[in-house]
Amino acid sequence: MIITRPRDWARIEVRLDALGARRVFVMGCGQCATVAGTGGEAEVLEAKAVLERSGREVTGWSVGEVACHAGGQRLETREHASELAAADAVLVLACGAGVQTMADAVEDTPVLPGLESVFLGNVVRHGVFEERCQMCGDCVLDRTAGICPVTTCPKGLLNGPCGGMWNGMCEVLEDRECTHVRIRRRLAQQGRTGESVPLPPKDYSKKLKPGKVDLRAASHGKGGTS
Amino acid sequence: MSRLRTLLEEGTFVVTGEIAPPRGTDLSAMRASVELMRPACHALNVTDNQGASLHLSSLAASRVVLDMGVEPIFQQTCRDRNRLALQSDLLAAWTLGLENLLVVTGDDPRGGDHPQAKGVFDLDSTQLLEVASFANAGTDMLGRPLKGGTSFYLGAAMFPEAEPWDIQRARIEEKMAAGARFFQTQAVFDIDKLARATDVVHELGGKVIAGILLLRSLKAIDFINQRLAGLMVPETISDRIRGAADPGEEAVLLGIEQARAARDVADGIHIMPLGLDGQVARIVSEAGIVVEAAGLERNDL
Ligand code: SF4
Ligand code: SF4
Repeated sequence: MIITRPRDWARIEVRLDALGARRVFVMGCGQCATVAGTGGEAEVLEAKAVLERSGREVTGWSVGEVACHAGGQRLETREHASELAAADAVLVLACGAGVQTMADAVEDTPVLPGLESVFLGNVVRHGVFEERCQMCGDCVLDRTAGICPVTTCPKGLLNGPCGGMWNGMCEVLEDRECTHVRIRRRLAQQGRTGESVPLPPKDYSKKLKPGKVDLRAASHGKGGTS
Repeated sequence: MSRLRTLLEEGTFVVTGEIAPPRGTDLSAMRASVELMRPACHALNVTDNQGASLHLSSLAASRVVLDMGVEPIFQQTCRDRNRLALQSDLLAAWTLGLENLLVVTGDDPRGGDHPQAKGVFDLDSTQLLEVASFANAGTDMLGRPLKGGTSFYLGAAMFPEAEPWDIQRARIEEKMAAGARFFQTQAVFDIDKLARATDVVHELGGKVIAGILLLRSLKAIDFINQRLAGLMVPETISDRIRGAADPGEEAVLLGIEQARAARDVADGIHIMPLGLDGQVARIVSEAGIVVEAAGLERNDL
């Protein structure tokens, strides 16, 4: 899931002031931001209270099913059409994808991010999220015993450890074991010592920017990515 | 051809030193360091944005050192440049007459003076060694011919005291397979650990230059223990410096002992003077190391 955290509220206020926005609509997200505890109903109501305390009027609010779903967001905006029409700005408590979906749906109204989108996260346990994949498009997990060096080595080195590793620990994040020590240990555990090193440089042309997948195109061959 | 290579290959015990380019354009302090160390060093490493902090580029500073008649070891980190820039700097280095290349990963920018910077690490040190080997073979990293290649003497960093040893050993083998011919080590405190590493390198036909760090004060030790992870100064050493009436002198005496011990094991020493540049010549001579014709006398300069 996409992990978000609250945006520095002062930045939101500054932007609302700059826009002269007295009336605000607040939109949350029923998926990731709800699980992350940043854009569910509770957080939307909290944002509403804070906005009202600073003298703004909240014309309405909603937590749609999935903020990044274009069709769903259009339905949501239709349902709240009059509240949105009365708003000078829309504050979206969702990831950047959700904010943009909303911005497309209400093109004439300024849309503001209410959260910072930080990473694609594994839910390690309730309320604890860790980044394990950066979606590089050129996966090496088959060669690294299922541990991603791109993401979990702070330098993103494919071959390591670097010279900063000390007693198995990482130089940058000193309370964590070095990713490459973990990889080599697990490879050894699987009887794969010395296998497939060094890894070649990553092919960044496979990290599509911006990414796009069209499953309808995919059914015609070509993989559907562009 | 690199004189460092010639000396190492003919079995001369070499001495290398280290200088940091200035944080700015005033080269006078750097030149003064070169002058202090040149009588005692066969070559000088020129660091690349050392400590992830802004300095004049190693490329330009290495050329300044060369113009002063001292052979530089051009250092390249993987932190600040992508594969295009790294390759183009390799070509530039060669055209500038820099023949020794030391490839290192580079510290994370978060520990430097621009913590907001993006750490590039498009290549890691093993991959960069491979890329330099390609350049030596006259091609780019994808195997396409260059109009004129390079012929660098390739070096890598090595960490004989960092555990687990089996991983360090594998790293040595991987770096040599990628083209490294000499290693400069992180500071060595335990000569047995140095020996186990040199055994591996020698078996594969490489050379080891043992790192000697001059710990001139407790402040320097604290700095190293805190800031340069991967380099932990043993208690016995810090106690010695702490107990000394003159810590600077004690650091030099320690350096002399370490240099002597390294003579039996390694192919050279690499002195990181940490400000004690003026003591390098003394350490070398009191360790009984003769540096003949330090600096360069080359017709092609
Ligand atoms: S290698 Fe790339 S795709 Fe695979 S886990 Fe790491 S970031 Fe994700
Ligand atoms: S110590 Fe290991 S995990 Fe940490 S930066 Fe170096 S290689 Fe990466």
